[in-house]
Amino acid sequence: MKDLGNETLVGRSVQRTEDATLLTGRGRFIDDLAVSPGTLHLAFVRSPHGHADIRSIDVAAARAVPGVTTVVTGADVRRLTRSMTVGVKAEVECWPMAVDRARYVGEPVAMVVARDRATAEDGADLVSVDYAPRAAVIDPNATLADDAPVLHDSLGTNLINERRFRYGDPETAFAHAAHRIGVDVVYPRSSCTPIETYGVVAEYLPGEGAYDIAANFQGPFSIHAVVARALGVPGNRMRLRTPPDSGGSFGIKQGIFPYMILAGVAARLAGSPVKWIEDRLEHLEASVSATNRVTRLEAAVEPDGRITALDWDQIEDCGAHLRAPEPATLYRMHGNMTGAYRIPNLAIRNRIVLTNKTPTGLNRGFGGPQVYFALERLVHAIARDLGLDPLDVIRTNLIPADAFPYRTPSGAIYDSGDYPAALALAVEEGRLDELRARRDAARAEGRAYGIGFACVVEPSVSNMGYITTVLTPEAREKAGPKNGAQATATVAIDPLGTVSVKVASVPQGQGHRTVLAQVVAEELGLAVDAILVVADVDTARDAWSIASGNYSSRFAPAVAGATKLAAARLREKLARVAASQLNIAIDTVAFRDGRVVDGNNPDNSVSFARAAAASHWAPGTLPEDVGETIRETVFWTPEELAAPNDRDEVNSSLCHGFIFDFCGVEIDPDTAELRIDRYVTMHDCGRILHPAMVDGQVRGGFAQALGAATLEEYAYGDDGSFRTGTLAEYLLPTVHEMPDLLILHHETPSPVTPLGAKGVGEGNCMSTPVCIANAVADALDSEGRGPDLVLPITAAKLSGLIHPDEPKPSEGVRPAETDKAVGGGRKLTGTGAAEVDASRQEVWDMLMDPSTLDAIIPGSHGVRKVSDTEFEAEVTLGVGPVKGLYTAEIVLSDMEEPEAVTLSGVTRGALGTGQGKGRVTLTEVEGGGTNVAYAYEAEIGGKVASVGGRLLDGAANVVIGEFFRALATHAGGGAGSGAFSRMKVRARTGLSILKSMIGGSR
Amino acid sequence: MPRMKAGETREIQFRLNGREVTVRVAPRDLMHDVLRHRLGATGTHVGCEHGVCGACTVQVNGAPARSCLMLAGQADGQDIRTVEDLCDGADLSPIQAAFRDNFALQCGFCTAGILMSLDALFARDPDAGETAIRDTLSGHLCRCTGYAPIVRAALQARDSIKGGQTDA
Ligand code: FES
Ligand code: FES
Repeated sequence: MKDLGNETLVGRSVQRTEDATLLTGRGRFIDDLAVSPGTLHLAFVRSPHGHADIRSIDVAAARAVPGVTTVVTGADVRRLTRSMTVGVKAEVECWPMAVDRARYVGEPVAMVVARDRATAEDGADLVSVDYAPRAAVIDPNATLADDAPVLHDSLGTNLINERRFRYGDPETAFAHAAHRIGVDVVYPRSSCTPIETYGVVAEYLPGEGAYDIAANFQGPFSIHAVVARALGVPGNRMRLRTPPDSGGSFGIKQGIFPYMILAGVAARLAGSPVKWIEDRLEHLEASVSATNRVTRLEAAVEPDGRITALDWDQIEDCGAHLRAPEPATLYRMHGNMTGAYRIPNLAIRNRIVLTNKTPTGLNRGFGGPQVYFALERLVHAIARDLGLDPLDVIRTNLIPADAFPYRTPSGAIYDSGDYPAALALAVEEGRLDELRARRDAARAEGRAYGIGFACVVEPSVSNMGYITTVLTPEAREKAGPKNGAQATATVAIDPLGTVSVKVASVPQGQGHRTVLAQVVAEELGLAVDAILVVADVDTARDAWSIASGNYSSRFAPAVAGATKLAAARLREKLARVAASQLNIAIDTVAFRDGRVVDGNNPDNSVSFARAAAASHWAPGTLPEDVGETIRETVFWTPEELAAPNDRDEVNSSLCHGFIFDFCGVEIDPDTAELRIDRYVTMHDCGRILHPAMVDGQVRGGFAQALGAATLEEYAYGDDGSFRTGTLAEYLLPTVHEMPDLLILHHETPSPVTPLGAKGVGEGNCMSTPVCIANAVADALDSEGRGPDLVLPITAAKLSGLIHPDEPKPSEGVRPAETDKAVGGGRKLTGTGAAEVDASRQEVWDMLMDPSTLDAIIPGSHGVRKVSDTEFEAEVTLGVGPVKGLYTAEIVLSDMEEPEAVTLSGVTRGALGTGQGKGRVTLTEVEGGGTNVAYAYEAEIGGKVASVGGRLLDGAANVVIGEFFRALATHAGGGAGSGAFSRMKVRARTGLSILKSMIGGSR
Repeated sequence: MPRMKAGETREIQFRLNGREVTVRVAPRDLMHDVLRHRLGATGTHVGCEHGVCGACTVQVNGAPARSCLMLAGQADGQDIRTVEDLCDGADLSPIQAAFRDNFALQCGFCTAGILMSLDALFARDPDAGETAIRDTLSGHLCRCTGYAPIVRAALQARDSIKGGQTDA
């Protein structure tokens, strides 16, 4: 590496500085860091209900567990913190833990601190919370209905904010347009789910009145202010540190901040440092999700496909609380609502609603997927409605090359680009003609093959002021302007003359350290591996600002740019030092191969280290105007990022990259499997600093987008129950799902960033889902618009579309079926019957006898008879990996002794809830036996429904099947096995029903 | 394995990366926790604790195994190998070097598990074809790379191991 010329480092795919450490297992992730002796561990008690009042919390049993030191509830949190800042003006409190009411499944309700995690979880299991469930609402349209359950009484509505915007003259454009063409889009919830979950280590220092918190947080560090305020300490008493390595984030680790607050409170109450590592269920159900959104988008269109106006109506679902920095997902794209198109008139109605789902936050693509799914589905619809080629509609509307820098109607300044040229290049190099021929050939054979397109403007380097667009101009005026995006970088020289770089970029695998080493090495004529880069943050020691962190694809344009500026300043000073050391003019000084040389006479040189270290060892010898060369810190904020103006125009991001994608897909006629035949993605991300890393960002983003498009959804029941609590339910793409990807580039350097680079990591999350959807629509309907498609486009959904009248599987043995339950939970139903060798009365008596019940209920710790028809039981049951303690209340009704009885049960436990009903019918058969028939219907919520979904159905079957086998054996075994054992087997008839209600198997 | 009660602990002994280790474990202690937090082998990562992501993969007697689905007690008397053992000193093994050459990792959180699976695959089948490699990789979730560079790295590693090179 040492022989690389200095001028050519940036733009090369040099090996990553990070890799040797990571590959040998020596990374330092949050869970790898040493903690202080005496550090305790934290476990959470979480709401199994989507919406419930918390009547009381009994922590006595948890406190009594040996090793448990502290139990913290919402009341403690309210006492020791302040409600978290909410980004809109609204009468609403936002706590990191449920206070009096739980509003989503997985919401923290209590925390248990103990000597180790397992003990803390033991304690958490014993925290007994008395909930009074309320009706939940999970749909963004339904939550706006007059009779919808209201989440926050103080707000009185679930509509927390609404704003309308108007740019140009949309009304006139629509009035005069030849066509008004619209689409309705439902965009679901998903998340980029890093493989490493959240982790926090928190300490409270009473002597300082300060918190010291380490977390694998990713930024933005504006959140630091939210945390300090919530904890009620000045900013300088809230030290936040990030670990050197972080196992992916993609936006998600912004959402850890409520846990920083909670861990801080726990540490304060426990009087010891406290550590918490999130588990996967916690991550899926309660970390953070992208927003789901319902959109109606209409366009005023001329006969040639030219769009003269857009009218957006967006309902953004931010979940149960509007947590910082929301509603940023909605406003991040505000400047870009016309996409890559020259559309002069624009109307926008934005409504932000709350529902009983996890609060939302940063997620790769951040607002882009939702917007472009609607916009590019609309372009497809326009083409089809008007009988045009979609590509021609795109071409007709693209912003022309000579329009740059281009100001959109809503205020974004597109810094650079040549969209038509990039598109033409993609069509050629991606061999669109050939792809079309493939499609035609496939169709001629009757195969379902389609081609889709998508055009996207990818914003990067967020304006920290864009979020204030949610406020009216008057409210903004009052609050004072917010804008900019401070990036900082420090380049420092130590007494041995070696160079260190310090930035506050907090990478999660993006290779920041390598790129910065490249940038600085090039500037100073050093080898890449001679530069040491530190990119994690300690707010007590480092230069940082609110925009610090790793989000909005700001690294290459902003952080690398600021680093370049700092290195250039240092170089300039060092040139002066060396000029005086070498006795030459400053403008002949060159930095090469670790030396500072006279450009006119290479023999006259000094080692870089010697020139660089002079400031330490002999400051008196430095030329007077140099000052020092020990440390150069640059703060850089682009002037283009102004606050929103009084017309609500906002340059929401500094840079605007361009993406044009197209793909060919085929749907298997039998399995409905979607196969991506070819995918071409063209990127203009300005200047490319490291081609292999850009490639990695594009591929990684594409993989996540493919997941969002075809596999991933955070699924909820109507009662707010969470259905996708494991990676076996929330499916991520594996190597088998990844198609070949043709990645193309067309570079137009950004004029507004120091290195000409733009962001690149998020674009495919915006373009790919809709590109695939358009291709699927084309495959399903080669002439018309195709069906409305809702992501993820799974084989199950496609199967319904291509085989609409397929008959249901024939009835025979009826297994437990899952279905939509009345209450919205996961519903199981089943029926069965068996003949047993006992009289009806014997079976009946057993069902009524608590001591028999206790002996035969699997995992029972005691059955109490409350009245003749009511029983209470404590049982330990497990489904797959999930095992827990439940209390069951069983009520007998519709009793027709000894013929039939209905058993209704409700179970509650740390792992979830269940309720159900079973009707048992006893009929005499000839020869003295009894036919025991049953039919049950059960509904399961809470943790078991989240993680056990796919196991429950099978589990119920197995239990019931086993019962009947055993019953038959025993009954057939005759009297010799004794009355009790015969009774035991038989009694399980009814109990299996109860058990399946709870979801047990064993 | 003898039956143990909750709260009871027992001393177990196994080979970890060629060295005998002795550690006292409770019945419910999971293998990855013991490796990471008791023995300091933090190179093995935990992504899901339910056997899907593959991040926690180690080798038990040469075969890949999910350490999150393994009780520590099961390690008694076995030969356990983790990512820390893949290279000798400062030099990367051919698989590791191939990963670096091909930019087959970003955050590196999934990587240790993948390395352990591939290492076991090539030990078993030095001629493993791309299909076998992809099948092996399909047991691992990577959220950063989109897999293509990992496949390339695996192919390069296979060839370099076969060619007897240690430095790719
Ligand atoms: S942690 Fe073991 S497979 Fe995910
Ligand atoms: S490199 Fe980050 S998960 Fe694979």
